[in-house]
Amino acid sequence: MPKRRFEYEKYGALFALAALFIISSFASPYFLQVQNILNILRQISYTGIIALGMTFVIISGGIDLSVGSMTALVGGVTIMTLNGAMSSLGEVQAIVLACVVAVLFGAALGAANGILVSKGGIAPFIVTLGTMSIFRSLTLYIGEAGEFRSNSYMYPELGMGRFLGVPIPVWVFIGMALLYSLILRKTRYGRYTCAVGSNEKVAKYSAIKTNLIKFMSYTLVGASVGVTAIFLSSRLNSISSTNAGNGYELDAIAAVIIGGTSLAGGSGAIWGTVIGAIILGIINNMLNMLGVSPYLQGTVKGLVIIGAVLIQRGRRNK
Amino acid sequence: MDNVILKTVNISKEFSGIRVLDRINVEIEKGEIFGIIGENGAGKSTFVKILSGIYAPTEGQIFLEGKTVSIRDPISAKKLGITMIPQEFNLISDLNVYENVFLGIERSKRKLILDSKNMAKITQEVLEELEANISPYDKIQDLSVAEKQMVEVAKAMVHESKLLIMDEPTTVLTPKEIDILFNLMRKLKERGITTIYISHKLNEIKRICDRVMILRDGKQISVGPTEELNEHEMARRMVGRELSQIFPEKPIPEDEVVLEVEGLTNEDLFQDVSFDLKKKEILGFSGLVGAGRTELAEAIIGIRRIDEGIIRAWGKEVKIKSPEDALDQNIAYLSEDRQGIGILTNFDISQNVTLSSLKKYTKFLINSKKVKQNTEKYVNELNIKAASLRSQLEFFSGGNQQKVSLAKCLDTDPKILILDEPTRGIDVNAKREIYYIIRDLVKEGVSVILISSEMEEIIGLCNRVVVMKEGRITGILEGDHINEEEIMYYATGLKGAVQNA
Repeated sequence: MPKRRFEYEKYGALFALAALFIISSFASPYFLQVQNILNILRQISYTGIIALGMTFVIISGGIDLSVGSMTALVGGVTIMTLNGAMSSLGEVQAIVLACVVAVLFGAALGAANGILVSKGGIAPFIVTLGTMSIFRSLTLYIGEAGEFRSNSYMYPELGMGRFLGVPIPVWVFIGMALLYSLILRKTRYGRYTCAVGSNEKVAKYSAIKTNLIKFMSYTLVGASVGVTAIFLSSRLNSISSTNAGNGYELDAIAAVIIGGTSLAGGSGAIWGTVIGAIILGIINNMLNMLGVSPYLQGTVKGLVIIGAVLIQRGRRNK
Repeated sequence: MDNVILKTVNISKEFSGIRVLDRINVEIEKGEIFGIIGENGAGKSTFVKILSGIYAPTEGQIFLEGKTVSIRDPISAKKLGITMIPQEFNLISDLNVYENVFLGIERSKRKLILDSKNMAKITQEVLEELEANISPYDKIQDLSVAEKQMVEVAKAMVHESKLLIMDEPTTVLTPKEIDILFNLMRKLKERGITTIYISHKLNEIKRICDRVMILRDGKQISVGPTEELNEHEMARRMVGRELSQIFPEKPIPEDEVVLEVEGLTNEDLFQDVSFDLKKKEILGFSGLVGAGRTELAEAIIGIRRIDEGIIRAWGKEVKIKSPEDALDQNIAYLSEDRQGIGILTNFDISQNVTLSSLKKYTKFLINSKKVKQNTEKYVNELNIKAASLRSQLEFFSGGNQQKVSLAKCLDTDPKILILDEPTRGIDVNAKREIYYIIRDLVKEGVSVILISSEMEEIIGLCNRVVVMKEGRITGILEGDHINEEEIMYYATGLKGAVQNA
């Protein structure tokens, strides 16, 4: 029976996670405590949820740098909606409305990126670099460079609450990962996304609406940002217009790449992204526990990303 | 023999445990033109990929000019003087000719500033020697395929290659261009440059090669002087059995017109094109490279702009703005550019086959079982050779890739099938299989437009032949008029120009 050549390639991230897990459990006695594990999962769920959408964008051959500032802008608008709605609606209804607005507004901002990339024909890097700046600036302007503060006492329950002992954001992250994985593997949209990223010309000649597919990917990551914005704003019951979402684009893209999705597009897996996010989370956690200066954590993260891409490149050249 | 430039001893290659090349032993002499023939998957490409450093051999040794060498990658092959001219060229289309020729070995003044004048001059000299009508300052993207090939050869000469490997160089050339290429190869021979020449066209091997090696299923069947073999014998050794009749009988078309094109014009590409296609007809499109046939086909399926003219399908005028619209009219297109347009090499068979037709397998989720069943059907019917349905297409031979590409078209249930060079770069046996597939489709009621540069194919298969020259139809031939001379007259404009005025 001939061996399947890409077996190792496929499970590389999983091996890395297993190794990291074993090392961490020896390095610190606290690592394996349930509380610590749940804490890691809660921390990664914010950028993890964005990374799920980012997986689609990267597979389609694009990139989205604007997700960090988008999180801040959507978070700000969500809190404003919540405060505004609470004066006329009940608190619960206001929260539901705010959540719906968050997802739709996120999707709309993503759609704007998508139109510029697909119809406008501008390189994704440039489009989202531009909107990254625009979204942040709008957030600062609306929030007057301060904080958006919610007047609700119930709202923090979303971000802080638990269900069966597990934080709500973690449940949502898992649920979305399953859903997105199904979409990627089992729907036409998912298949077409891979086709567009693999070779846009082939996709076009195969009667695939390539512009629509690209547009949908950016809209999807926008909606994902909306979900993250809900949890982020609810955890602190506020959003800082200067800090919220800073560096999220890096974490999200890193999770996708570490998870084995090719930056060149064409193939990838949601579960890989989930593992990528967990790897980043564990590294952060360990650095904290081992007392490494927080200023150095960015260096480690950067090295891990570069290393992951190096390994990918090495495989492809074989 | 000190005249031996390349010697291989027991070169073998395995992919995932499957032996695709089995103990190849050859000695190639300096200045020789050495032919390699074999069916798709016989190991020709694998062999030359080992010589050019793309693959490492699983076992065996390579001696270059008597010294054992290890060719680790294309760069070390280049340093050793081995150059491969691939079917898909390695030229940078944004740069001009001399910049490409000198890519990687740029000359400079005082090691700092590029000496463009000198590089252009040398390029000019080489191009003149090759009798190529190209300027060193032409942009690659403006050149025809044949001209790009000239540039590749010029590049190899400037890089002082000792051993040139040409993989199917003539598939994209017109007969006149092939003559030029052969002259070129003879000149290289005079210079003492050795050429390894891979082709499916036995008459070309016979014409140009000193010796020929025949491969079958990765094994070396024979090596010997070309003059000792006739084409029939070569074909027999390639397939390992007698070839029965290559073209099936021509089916008889019905009177119903399924597609009518009237005055179709794209100002840049083709002008005033009118023809009709009958039910169960195979309508050939002949012409030289650059006659605008592919562009016309792409306009019909909505990829290219149409400035004037109308298309009618089954008597009704249709506006086709995209390949989706074309599929809605049951028109499918098989591209000449297999890897660039036809298939996704990182997708597996079933993903490729269902790419254009995924709708019929999907409610919300893709029905994997149905996909599998249908793919298996095509694998059997088209005789696609694959380890499993999950194998990625990049590891497939050209003929098998082409069959998958064809299956992709067929899975859209087309009534009109436009086939653009459906047998380019594939071996005799696979060709024959594809001809019979086309015949069966036509019997079932499909109408076919066949664009082909292979004269035999056009003559052997088509009911009528449209000949184009420089974007215009110069003649439509029927019956006994479908022969090589007549087609060439119209293709070169010796006949038919008046008719168009």
